[in-house]
Amino acid sequence: MSRVWALHLGLLVALLAAGFLLPAYHATNLARIMVLAIFATGYNLAFGYTGLLSLGHAMFFAAGMYAAGLPAWHWGWGAAPGLVAGTLAGGAMAGLAGLLALRTAGVSFMIVTLMFAQAFALAILYFNGWTGGDEGFVIPDASRVLLGADLRQDLPRYVTAWGLFAAGLIAALALVGSRFGRVMVALRENEERARMLGIDPFAAKLRVLVISGLYAGAGGAAYALLFGYAGGSFAGIQYSILPMLYVLMGGAGTVLGGILGAGIMFYLTDLASTVTDAWLFLVGAALVVLVLFAPRGILGWVRARLWRDLP
Amino acid sequence: MSLLQGRGLTRHFGGLRAVDGVDFDLEAGTIHALIGPNGAGKTTFVSLLSGRIPVQSGTIALAGEDITRLPAHDRVRRGLAYTFQITSVFPGLSVFDNVALAVQGGTRPDRALAQAVPQALARVGMAGMQRETAGTLSYGHQRLLEVAMGLALAPRVLILDEPTQGLAAGEIAGFKALVRGLVPEVAVLLIEHNMEVVMDLAQWITVLNFGQVLARGTPDEIRANPAVQEAYLGA
Repeated sequence: MSRVWALHLGLLVALLAAGFLLPAYHATNLARIMVLAIFATGYNLAFGYTGLLSLGHAMFFAAGMYAAGLPAWHWGWGAAPGLVAGTLAGGAMAGLAGLLALRTAGVSFMIVTLMFAQAFALAILYFNGWTGGDEGFVIPDASRVLLGADLRQDLPRYVTAWGLFAAGLIAALALVGSRFGRVMVALRENEERARMLGIDPFAAKLRVLVISGLYAGAGGAAYALLFGYAGGSFAGIQYSILPMLYVLMGGAGTVLGGILGAGIMFYLTDLASTVTDAWLFLVGAALVVLVLFAPRGILGWVRARLWRDLP
Repeated sequence: MSLLQGRGLTRHFGGLRAVDGVDFDLEAGTIHALIGPNGAGKTTFVSLLSGRIPVQSGTIALAGEDITRLPAHDRVRRGLAYTFQITSVFPGLSVFDNVALAVQGGTRPDRALAQAVPQALARVGMAGMQRETAGTLSYGHQRLLEVAMGLALAPRVLILDEPTQGLAAGEIAGFKALVRGLVPEVAVLLIEHNMEVVMDLAQWITVLNFGQVLARGTPDEIRANPAVQEAYLGA
């Protein structure tokens, strides 16, 4: 077990050091990657570990983004209450959606979660007088201060992104190593067998979905506060696809799969966008290649071949 | 009052009367076999008891408590364990994790896994195999793992659905000794095609045919019953 913790804590230390060593451009990229990785790590708990293939996570991400952004915009809330409100909003939204969507499974679950997310995205556009609609809104500077640190500046922004990511990563590592983490994998592998071992599948999956929603909400709130903007496009379908792509790339059902996949895809699309505007095409192509040729992802391959106990 | 009691249990699938008004009693501390020709409704019947399929009418009581409407996982937590006919372990997980899941979900979920898991494995003769991946075990070992998971639930009633299917002759002898060692702490309901195993192990036998109870009694009574001989034993 200690080797596992050494790897994960070592990576976190290296990431923190990178914020001080990297040039500003890459440090900002890495801050963005870490925020997206919070989202992806939470997605991985539902999809990779528990087998819940949701197409509605954009709703939880956007719920966090707007729960932090709207009070900042309308009422001048600060960053700390915004982060808390955003995280809770993601979890609450996931709980509500889960109560209904978890009555289904498999393809139906995908479709129901997708429908909820689309309805939520349309609601954001419909109430555009209050939400800013498609254009979105800029988070006021006064709200982008966390415990005295100005989040518009590179280093405080980086350290905040790192702190949130680190907390999420350590919590995920502890969760998947716990008794409940074993239940999550059991539900993915064989739900009927798990039920006949006294496990309530509905309750357990709802719990996972809420946890996953908390991560998505924290990611969305951090995205708004750190990068200063909230908009309707973050509730769109591509923000449900992206965490899935990150997780498939990095490794479904691995704790580090989210950050690895987010980092690789971020730089791939960054490179591609210097050549073409069609970066969504690259996302689609990567998804197809992964599903066809490398369904386990990078760390899934590492676990199968090199390090069986990698969580 | 018997430990597990069914009254008037009924389940029809369209026109098929899979289980049709069955009364059943499993006494504490006994091994009770359920036999009958293919399609007699045995697996449907134990699915009603375990809660995998809801009853259409009738009642089920475990130690006097009505469990007819309880979902399957709640019945397991109350001590009614079921092992699958087709081996159904978690193939991608280690042997330890398979048994640990049963400990966590069973009647005494707070037990320390580091002790409870090796105990359950030792009872089926699989001590020292905790680290192996369940899917890579031999078929016989997977069946034993399935039983270890049933034991790890710390059940009051253990339903074994065709446990010796696919086992070699030598393995069957070991298996009989294992099941015999479970009573009297656990009451066993055994669905079994191998008549030698049934006659050897069971104190009571219930014979199902066309979803109804054809006969019940001790092994000697069942052997001597002309209706059973005609329907099942192939006289």
